[in-house]
Amino acid sequence: MPDMAIIVPSVLNGLTTGALYALVALGLTLIYGVLHIINFAHGALLMLGLYAVYYLNVQFGIDPYVALLIVPPGMFALGYALQRGIIGRASHGRDENILLVTLGLAIVIENLSLFLFKSDTRIIDVPYSFEVVEILGAFLPLPKVVAFAGALITAALLWLIMSKTDLGRAIRALAKERKGAKLVGIDVEHVFAMSFGLGIACLGVAACLLLPSYYVNPQVGHGFVLIAFTIVVLGGMGSFVGALLGGLIIGVVEALGGLFFGESLGQLGIFLIFILVLVFRPTGLLGHKV
Amino acid sequence: MRQLALLGLVFAALFTVPFVVESESWRTTLIMTLYAALLGQAWNILGGYGGQFSFGHAAFFGTGAYTVAVLQVQFGINPWLGLVAGGALAVGVAAFIGFTTFRYGLRGSYFALVTLAFAEVLRILSNTVPFTGAGVGILIPLDPGAASLQFTSKAGFYWLLWAITLAAFLTAWWIGHSRFGARLMAVRDNEDAARALGVDPFRVKMRAIMLSGLFSGLAGVFYAQFFLYLDPGIAYGPAVSVESLLVPIVGGMGTLFGPLLGAVALHAVSEVTREVIGDLPGISLVIYGTILVIMVLFAPRGLSGLVSRLTARMRRTAEGDRHA
Repeated sequence: MPDMAIIVPSVLNGLTTGALYALVALGLTLIYGVLHIINFAHGALLMLGLYAVYYLNVQFGIDPYVALLIVPPGMFALGYALQRGIIGRASHGRDENILLVTLGLAIVIENLSLFLFKSDTRIIDVPYSFEVVEILGAFLPLPKVVAFAGALITAALLWLIMSKTDLGRAIRALAKERKGAKLVGIDVEHVFAMSFGLGIACLGVAACLLLPSYYVNPQVGHGFVLIAFTIVVLGGMGSFVGALLGGLIIGVVEALGGLFFGESLGQLGIFLIFILVLVFRPTGLLGHKV
Repeated sequence: MRQLALLGLVFAALFTVPFVVESESWRTTLIMTLYAALLGQAWNILGGYGGQFSFGHAAFFGTGAYTVAVLQVQFGINPWLGLVAGGALAVGVAAFIGFTTFRYGLRGSYFALVTLAFAEVLRILSNTVPFTGAGVGILIPLDPGAASLQFTSKAGFYWLLWAITLAAFLTAWWIGHSRFGARLMAVRDNEDAARALGVDPFRVKMRAIMLSGLFSGLAGVFYAQFFLYLDPGIAYGPAVSVESLLVPIVGGMGTLFGPLLGAVALHAVSEVTREVIGDLPGISLVIYGTILVIMVLFAPRGLSGLVSRLTARMRRTAEGDRHA
């Protein structure tokens, strides 16, 4: 049994990673909750966001945290366009068709990136990459602490949008009762696309917060997509609080699993949780019975 | 019966191909096309006729492939026995995945995600345990000869694949014309209604996933013997799962000839693009992905759906002319 001096930093590290997972999962769960579709292209779109942050930094010297003003709006527009132009037209009455279309999009985006950006793994060089902050006797990299705070702020902002604005009210109405929402004059296609855009904008935020302490290559999304799915089913599809909690739990599980069983078996734990939850409790830990 | 006759005709023609085509590189192209049709038909049995969309057929494929490879390399067991063992183990994996998911009534997107997760678990495991060669992969020693399931000419491989593919297509035909198939399609179209009529969806789906796993596993065995090399990414990676589902989606899900049509169409497209723009990394997958999106958007019933829609329209206009 490793002593607390190793476990505490590991848990804190897991929490910071988990907050970013939560941010990725928030976008996924928002899209699921409103549109009832599973966006398979989520990881690929995160990867695009990371490349956007990377090139803004390398070509124009824009700091990743400043890119928060550029990348999330850009991703929002991309998400809006994707939903309106492609995904929204694909269902033909079957949810599986949406899954297939987003899978197709993921394949196209990933391999186009492989073609355009090459398979090299890239990192950016920012002055604060190696700064550390001391918390509870553990030294954490500054970018990770910022990412943790940023993820929580974004989740709060998202909650504000959902509960206080007209858009949020329209989204929630649509999520609950599609026909009724249509009857009271809500532009369904527009609100669907807005929700999808918001979900993808979350990925933009995640990309900006992630890159200072992470890397980017065309496959980087893979690692996130199944983890995000796991979090979403763990927290209950469509549940915000669930996604946030699920993200933190998975982050800690991964960190501790890696500590005790080594990196690759730690990853295995995530998939096993995923399968177990889907099989035994597909409505999630906090979700209600169907 | 007309369909069976057509199937017999097509496969008789396919059987004679190596007599006509002498070039080994053309034979390889034909083998890869037939192999895609086999993967596609395996997926089609569960996904097309049964409506259960799997995103993780690599779990069956990789199990078949690794079984024959590991038995040969680690235990010196003849690959013909490995062929049987590979098929059987793939059926076992299919039964396990089917049991855990169908038992609890997972359907639609959830089923797709769970199958994907199972394939990922197997990929990580094969990357970790020593007897699969872990991340380095496993190399089957070259030993040409029919006894070691490595043929001296591509024609031998072709006929082996032809026989497995024929079995898969006959199974699909049987599904289209049997009581079991009728139950399977009833479950696909409306599970609750099928249950109300006395069909046991769990049993029907179990049989479908095991048949589907069998042919995917055999495709894996063939792959291992043909290329003599495997690693976790090849065996359990997403590429196989994607090809398996793409072929019948392009050709037409739940139809007998859809997978063949889809395999021919996809390979024709990828050959043409290779000729036109060269062998760039990832470009063939970009095209596959684009085709997938376009098919789902505009022709959700695949090429055979397009064909039947076209012939129906032609018949209508012909009738219209007669009435006019």
